Parts: sequence; structure tokens; C-alpha cells
Amino acid sequence: MKKIKNKAPFHFPLADKLPSDPSRRALLKGAGIAGAVAVGASPTGAVLGAENQAEVVSNPLALEALETLTAAEAEVLEAICDCLIPSDEHGPGAKEARAAHYIDRSLASHNIDARSHYLCSLTAISEFAQQQHGAAFIDLPRQQQESLIQALQDDEVPGCSPGSSSFFALLRNHTIDGTFCDPYYGGNKNFVGWDMVQYPGVKLSASETDVRQGAALEPNHQSAYDNATYTKMAANIAASKGGDQNA
Amino acid sequence: MPRSLPKTDVVIVGMGAAGGVAALPLTNAGLKVIGLEAGGWLSPRDFAPDELRNGTRNWPQSLQKAAAEAPTVRTTPTDKAVQGGHPMMNAVGGTSMHYWAQSWRLNPWDFEVVSATNARYGSNRLPADSTVEDWPINYQDLEPYYDKVEFTVGISGQAGNVRGSINPQGNIFEGERQRDYPMRPLRSSPFTDLMGNAATDLNWHPFQGPAAITTEVYDGRPPCQYHGFCNKGGCHVQAKSSTAFSTIPKAVDTGNLEVVTFARVTEIKTNAAGRVTGVEYIKGNETFFQPADVVLIASYAYENVRLLLLSKSDAFPNGLANNSDQVGKHYMSHHQGAPVAALFPQDLHNWYGLPAQGVAVDDWADDNFDHSDLDFIGGANLWVHTDRKPISAAKMDTFGEAPAWGSDWKAFVMRNADRSNTSYVQKTTLPYHDNYLDLDPEVTDSMGLPVTRITARYRDNELRIAAFSQDKMEQWYRAAGATHIVRYGLGNAMGASTHAYGGTRMGDNAETNVTDRWGFCHEAPNLGILGASVMGTSGSRNPTLTVQALAWRTAEHLVDNWNSRIA
Repeated sequence: MKKIKNKAPFHFPLADKLPSDPSRRALLKGAGIAGAVAVGASPTGAVLGAENQAEVVSNPLALEALETLTAAEAEVLEAICDCLIPSDEHGPGAKEARAAHYIDRSLASHNIDARSHYLCSLTAISEFAQQQHGAAFIDLPRQQQESLIQALQDDEVPGCSPGSSSFFALLRNHTIDGTFCDPYYGGNKNFVGWDMVQYPGVKLSASETDVRQGAALEPNHQSAYDNATYTKMAANIAASKGGDQNA
Repeated sequence: MPRSLPKTDVVIVGMGAAGGVAALPLTNAGLKVIGLEAGGWLSPRDFAPDELRNGTRNWPQSLQKAAAEAPTVRTTPTDKAVQGGHPMMNAVGGTSMHYWAQSWRLNPWDFEVVSATNARYGSNRLPADSTVEDWPINYQDLEPYYDKVEFTVGISGQAGNVRGSINPQGNIFEGERQRDYPMRPLRSSPFTDLMGNAATDLNWHPFQGPAAITTEVYDGRPPCQYHGFCNKGGCHVQAKSSTAFSTIPKAVDTGNLEVVTFARVTEIKTNAAGRVTGVEYIKGNETFFQPADVVLIASYAYENVRLLLLSKSDAFPNGLANNSDQVGKHYMSHHQGAPVAALFPQDLHNWYGLPAQGVAVDDWADDNFDHSDLDFIGGANLWVHTDRKPISAAKMDTFGEAPAWGSDWKAFVMRNADRSNTSYVQKTTLPYHDNYLDLDPEVTDSMGLPVTRITARYRDNELRIAAFSQDKMEQWYRAAGATHIVRYGLGNAMGASTHAYGGTRMGDNAETNVTDRWGFCHEAPNLGILGASVMGTSGSRNPTLTVQALAWRTAEHLVDNWNSRIA
């Protein structure tokens, strides 16, 4: 097996491509840099200067911790998600939805059983890229990245767990989850997934008119947890009958 | 030694769809009832409209007692069984919290499959290896209890046959009912109208299905808001008539029901005379013995059977009520698979809707059509419904029109996310020799007790109904304008299902049935069994309402025959 070359230093591959959160942008514009420092919620704010702080606030990636994946694994995952649901002439895709961020977080919670599959398979994909093209997956032109993903789907990438095509299926499922889930989970950022399929959004009540309008409804861009009743903020409203009997 | 508690009249194991109903007539009659429930109480605040939490994270079910006790599954007695998932839920209200809430009566034919088939087609039409029997009761016997449950739990729907008067707005094939549903059906939608009109064009008889969902203020609960998160989620406004919000609170109000949550029942105790004396359960780190005059087990088909088989004693060395070796026999999991998916050229407006908001066709169900020239008996209820969520929409079939990923896939999904539909087709399923439940010899739960093992597969009769119903489903979709159709596999293994039947079948013959016609065990007359485990046929529709009607009937029988049952 060929020796894996050292990768380029880690960078945020999306930093210059992502649309920043419009509300934050407006806030920055209105408040100026000094104001941005005041509202900056970054835990690293203390060691950053005012300029860096402003950059942190305007760049959503800066607030994303790597919760489970290594930096190298996260880069590969980011690139694969981008191929699976690309950003193209029809609009943003999995990258803008932050599907990879969702997956990274989910591997510490409900997808924890899949964590070892990711560790193993993302490395296997990197090694396969090196073998086939002599370069890191993330540095390959898009067409070669796509042919590697096709190989993954066709069960041709060695060393994957639980297997090449089964890892592909897992990854595809999770990328869709991360693109179309409630934004609470770190994906579907700015509702790009729901807008992609013209889902008008979560409603607690849907009238016949709402149904008839369907995709023509103005999207409400609300998370389930914009409804206080489902959050810890809500008062202890009417528990079910006998709810106080829980010992 | 377990801590012995004061004796009570009745213990119910499981406060779900069945136990939660039975508790009401018992407590109304003044009996003291203790309901042991493996889960806890939930409130509407626990049911966020969140597809990932409900579906992907499996919030209502993960990490529960049921999840740790998932049955193992194999198709034949020579295969090795493998553990799968468990679809049930532990909570006060049980699976009636997160089910679709479709609430059907069985067709009269379902109670008399053997005699009706023999009478109409001769005696050689039933599969030779089937163990099917006529039920010991018929539709008319159960009708008063269907009625009680529909009004007490709160069911909406359109009647099709009130005292022989046929209303084509409802199901013209249904058995005669004494009155209308207490509430009008869920509203129609552009999609159900489209499919209903197409069925009418085919000279079929479409109707809106019945649901345990309010459509007006009922019993103090508000009507359905159609936001559409029923599936694996409870209702945020209590419009879903879960027993947790209907019968159980009423039973608690009598002062005669004590619900004990997070109680894990491990054994039913018997004395030397073979009578049940109470149950042993674990709560936290303590073991209790709850003595009772009567025990009713209502813990779902797999757990009912397991609990009996785990409860061995001198009187019942092979498991409680199993001296005739019938516990676990006549198992069926409903053939709900083999769906057909369709793609339409226009948006279907299904972003807000629910699984119970649908349109049904019963023309090809039960014995509603002539089987003389067919190679099967029974049939299928054809069902299409609204309900679409973004994650599952994006995972739609691409109907051979797009790859699985990339720009072309994305363009396909953007165009078609609201244009596909997948049918839900429930088929007559029969019991057979070699389709049974027993204890797995190797796999255990967290306490080291063996889990249930399923050994079962569909046979020719089920597979032929599946193929036949796929033809009908495709015909229906095409009539409604679908341009693409995908048929999925006909099915084989009878894995763990939300529609599991048999294992403690009800019948007059004690040699081939565990319970008598009232749901009490032939071998242990103060032990009653609630749930679809007593059902001898599946019918071609969701079981819950029948389970609840049977539970009410068993409870009422106990009230009326208390002295003889405890003697």
C-alpha cells in the first residue's frame, strides 16, 4: 500500500462560499465592529481581538466544534456531503445545510452506533483516493470525487465498515437527515433543506386552506422548538392525568 | 424475598391500548385495580412536531423495556433466529400514544373464515397447513363492545351500515352497527379527493377510514389540528384518543385504579391448585409481590406469551396455561408489507396530513368479492393517506428516473417531493403449523430472561393476496393519474410487528386454544388475557379497536361473574 502523503493544513473549505446568517449580518452592519464584540457569544472570544471576533460571528463554521470526528475525517465528510446533495444552479445543498456538522454531532448521540463505521470508512475513502489518484480526497477535482463516491456505492472501496455499499447507504441516509431535519439538530441551517423541497414548515395547526396551498405557502422558517411548549422554558402546563403519580 | 403488598381485586399487567380500556368497566363496578406499567406518564409537551426525534431518534421507543426485549426472528424451525427491533412502546397509554389511530371493526367474515369459506366455496379451499378456526364469538357478539369503545374512547368515522341501512359514503361492506360513529370522519384533502374520485370511476366504493382522533370537541378534548405528527408521536392537543387521555383518567377518577409506573413484571404466580395468586414485579431495585384475586395480562402479544412461558410452576411445568402446549401457537404478524408506490405529475398537497386521514377501498378485502376462480381466500384493505415529512420525502423512491445522489437526484427531489405516495395495504393473514412463538434458547434481556422467539413466514395464500392487491393498487393509482409505479417485494418473514396476533388464541376447544370465549385461560380461570394474542384471524385492517372491544368484553364478563371467577 502506498504511503499516505501528509495532507495540506486544515482549512475551512466553505468559509468564502457560505452565505452568512442574514440576521447576524444585519446585526453586524448596524452595530459596527464594537457592537459585534458585545454580542459575540463565542467561548473563545476572550482570546480573540475585535477583528477576529467579528469574523467568528459572521462565519457559522467557527462555532461548530468537532464533536466526534477528527479534523481530517470531517474534511472528507464535508466534501462527500457536498457531492451527495450539491450546491448548484438549483440552489444550496448539504454543505450549506451543514449536514456534516449534523452528522458529527449525531455520532455522539442517536447515531453513536455508527461512529466506528465513520472512523473506519472515512479513512478508507482517503486511502482509496490516494491509491487511485495520488492525492487527498478533498484536493481532487469534483469529477474524481464523484467517481470515488460511485465506487463506494458500487461496493468497490476496500476497508469500509460495515462495507463499502452499506457505508454509502448509511452516509446517504445521514446526509439526508442532516439536510432536512429540524434545524435544532445542527443541520438544515437557514432552512435550506426545507426550502429545497418547498416544505412550508412546522405548523401546530394546518387549515384546509393551508393544505390546499401546500408548497405555495410562504415558508414560516420555524423550528419545532420555536414553540415554547416543547422547550424547558415553558411553565409546567397541564400534565397528563395522574402525571404527578410518577414516583 | 420479594416484598409482599396488600392484596387487590385485579392486577392488570400493562396500561396500554387494551389494559387501559379494561380498567374502566372494572373500576366503574367498584373493583380495586392495580395497573402495572413498564413506562411512565407522558404529557402533550412531550410530543414535539419533530420528524428526526420521532422517526430517526425513535424517541418514544428507544431505551425502553420493550426495546431490550425485542423478539428474535427466523422463518423456519431450522434457522437461527436473529434479534430485530421492537415496534411497541412502554408508557401509560402504551402504543395508543404513538400509533396511527386507525380504528376499524373487523368484517363479520373474519370471525367465521372456516365455516363461511366452506359454505361458499366447498371444503378444500382453506390452506391445508393452516390451523385457522372460526372464532368462538361472531361479529354480532362483539358489536355492543365495539360500540361502547367507539363512544368511550372517542372514534371518528363514517358509518356504512346502520341497522341494515347502507350509506355509500361509508364502508358498504361493514357489519351492521347499531348507530353512527360519535364524530364525523377526519376531513378529506385534495389527495384523498383525487383518490376517492378515481376509485368511484372504477366502480369501487371508497370511504374515509375510522380513527381514534377527535374531529370536534369531544369529552373535553379539542379536535384534530391536522399538523401531522401522529406517527411515532403523541398528540400535542390530545386529539388522539389514546387510553392515556380517555379511559385511564376516567378509571383513575373512580378512585379504584392505582397505576404503578416503571414496574417490570417478571412472573405470574400460581398455587398448587393451578390458580393464579398474583404477580411479581421489579420497580427500581426492589422486587414486589402483588397478590390479586384475578390477573389480566395486557402486555402485547410477544410479552403476553413470554410472561406465560416464563411463569413455570408445579402445576404448569411448561409455562402458565400451557399444559396443552398451545401458548405461542397460531401466531400471525399481519401482512402489511408489499406496498405499491406511485408518482404523480402534480403536487399532491400532503405536507400537512396524518396516516389516519386517508381513503379506503374494501371491494377487494375479506370475502367481499367472488373467490371462485382465484387461488386464495381473503383479501386486502387498500389504503392511501396524507402525511408527508421532509426527511422521508427526500428519501422517496426515484422511480428509475434519477440516480441516488448528485445534481440530478437533487433536481428530481426538488420537483417531486410532494408528488409521490405509498400505499398501505393490509391483508388477511392466517395461522399455520410451524408459525409460532416460544422462548429463545440463547438471547436474553437485561435481566437474563429469555426473549420471545418468532418462527414464522407467509405462505402461498398471503403471497397471492399480496400480488393480487398490488394489481388492484396499481389500477387505482393509474386511474388517479399516476405516471410511475413501483411494486415492492411480496414479503417472507413475519418479523416483529405492530400487528401481532395469536399465541394465546381464544376458542371453545381447550385442546387448541389457550383462552375461553371470554378471554380467560381454560387452565387458569382467574387469569385473563387482553390483546390481539387472543385473536384467531387477523382480518385485513388494524387490530386496536377489536383488541379494545374484546378487552371491554372480558372486563365486563369478570364484573358479571366475579364470584364464579374467583371461586
